[in-house]
Amino acid sequence: MRALVAGRAEGPTVVLDEGLSLWGGFDPATGCIVDRSHPQHGECLTGAIVWMPHGRGSSSSSSVLAESIRLGTGPAGIVLAEPDHILVIGSLVADFLYGVTCPIWVADSPEWPAGR
Amino acid sequence: MFLDDRDRAMLGGEHGEAAAIAMRLIVAAADAIDAPELLDISSAHVDSCLYHGQAGLDFAERLARAGGQVVVPTTLNVSSLDLLHPELNRGHPETAAKARRLMDCYVQMGCRPTWTCAPYQLADRPALGDQIAWGESNAIVFANSVLGARTERYGDFFDICCALTGRAPAIGLHTDPGRRATLGVRLDVPGDWLDDDLLYVALGHVLGRVAGTEVAVIIGLDERADEDRLKALGAAAASSGAVGMFHAVGVTPEGPTVAAATGGARLERTVSVDPSRLRQAIHELGSSAESLGAVSIGTPHASLRELETLAGLCLGRRTRVPFFVNTGRDVLAAAGSTTAAIEEFGATFVTDTCNYLTPMTDRQGGAVMTNSGKWAYYAPANIGVDVVMGSLVDCVESAVAGTVLNTGWAT
Repeated sequence: MRALVAGRAEGPTVVLDEGLSLWGGFDPATGCIVDRSHPQHGECLTGAIVWMPHGRGSSSSSSVLAESIRLGTGPAGIVLAEPDHILVIGSLVADFLYGVTCPIWVADSPEWPAGR
Repeated sequence: MFLDDRDRAMLGGEHGEAAAIAMRLIVAAADAIDAPELLDISSAHVDSCLYHGQAGLDFAERLARAGGQVVVPTTLNVSSLDLLHPELNRGHPETAAKARRLMDCYVQMGCRPTWTCAPYQLADRPALGDQIAWGESNAIVFANSVLGARTERYGDFFDICCALTGRAPAIGLHTDPGRRATLGVRLDVPGDWLDDDLLYVALGHVLGRVAGTEVAVIIGLDERADEDRLKALGAAAASSGAVGMFHAVGVTPEGPTVAAATGGARLERTVSVDPSRLRQAIHELGSSAESLGAVSIGTPHASLRELETLAGLCLGRRTRVPFFVNTGRDVLAAAGSTTAAIEEFGATFVTDTCNYLTPMTDRQGGAVMTNSGKWAYYAPANIGVDVVMGSLVDCVESAVAGTVLNTGWAT
């Protein structure tokens, strides 16, 4: 695994079957997935290591990630299959403003855990 | 990563504290994605002015307090508030006050208060080959695909950092290799389907699902795919997927042929999109409803031509349900007397924001009909409504009848 945003994180593993747009798909107030068309609609990501194949959609996802990190409802860390600088900048800005890190890594497919 | 003298001067604070903060973030993010160097941009479009919570406001206030001023022409995306029609805003007053402070911060930093998600409808839009840094997913895909300008998919915060420094990572869609199609999408439908606006929405929805982050080349469109239809296609694709660019053979400037779109390489795979896949797309977005509660069009913001078409459809008629038309303040001003027929029809213009971003209406029973794949994708989660898709004609006819009327292939 390669770190896009360095740091240490611990938490239960959540493997998303599809990409997720945090904006419009994730509620920072609750930490849960609200995209009705997402296979894991309703699942909560707070404190988890979230394996996400890729980002999706909105460029506001960085704002939503930063807000969830501020509120303490965000993931503990994120693992992607491909780099996504929308999520990277959200994590970097939360660190800059609040000193809280949500590390982000990229993992090749052999490292990917099996889905649910 | 290579940094030139000016980049290092900015990092060192010689261009002020805000530029130093912005450059530090750009360098950290650019390093993360393995960019070899930064490049100059000629304009920016900032999405960060839409309020998503305290974090966005904290960041904007930090930059504005540090004396941040944009160094390239910079337009602003939709916000959470309609400043021209404040009576429409139904959000919590405290949230509205913060949203307003956020907007003020970006204007203070020298951004133009355009408040539109369709900056490509403004007169001074970028041209083929221009390097730019745009936020707002639909604007990004339009700029790359239709204008041939070059931007990565910039997220909130990244956009203003680029605007404050005039620099962006030289990677991805900024570069020739990053713009080459790897995926073919072959449209396999009867020719007259290309006359229907909804075809482009459905195709965009499918494109996002199959492409993810890949650049695709669409085969099977023709000159009927005008800018408004390409806007609808790209917006739908950037909602259901992370599409930042597509080519359409014979339509988009960098895809006159498949070979031009791929840079001469072979496509890694080609998917066929047939009528049943398109019907399924409309079904996924919302195809049935018990009753009609309202109609919403103009996501992304309606163009002048779309307003003119709408005015023709509504002339001398009257809607029975709330009918919202989202558009940019510049387009609305340019529309002049065209707006009279739409207002007499009973429609409500929404500017500066979009009616799925922010509570605007008292809750109506029944579904909301829209011609927008993007609205259909996000509104259910954002504002808790059911959606039914219809073409612009369906939207007007349904509004007049007060019930859901669908025509055409999608039903």
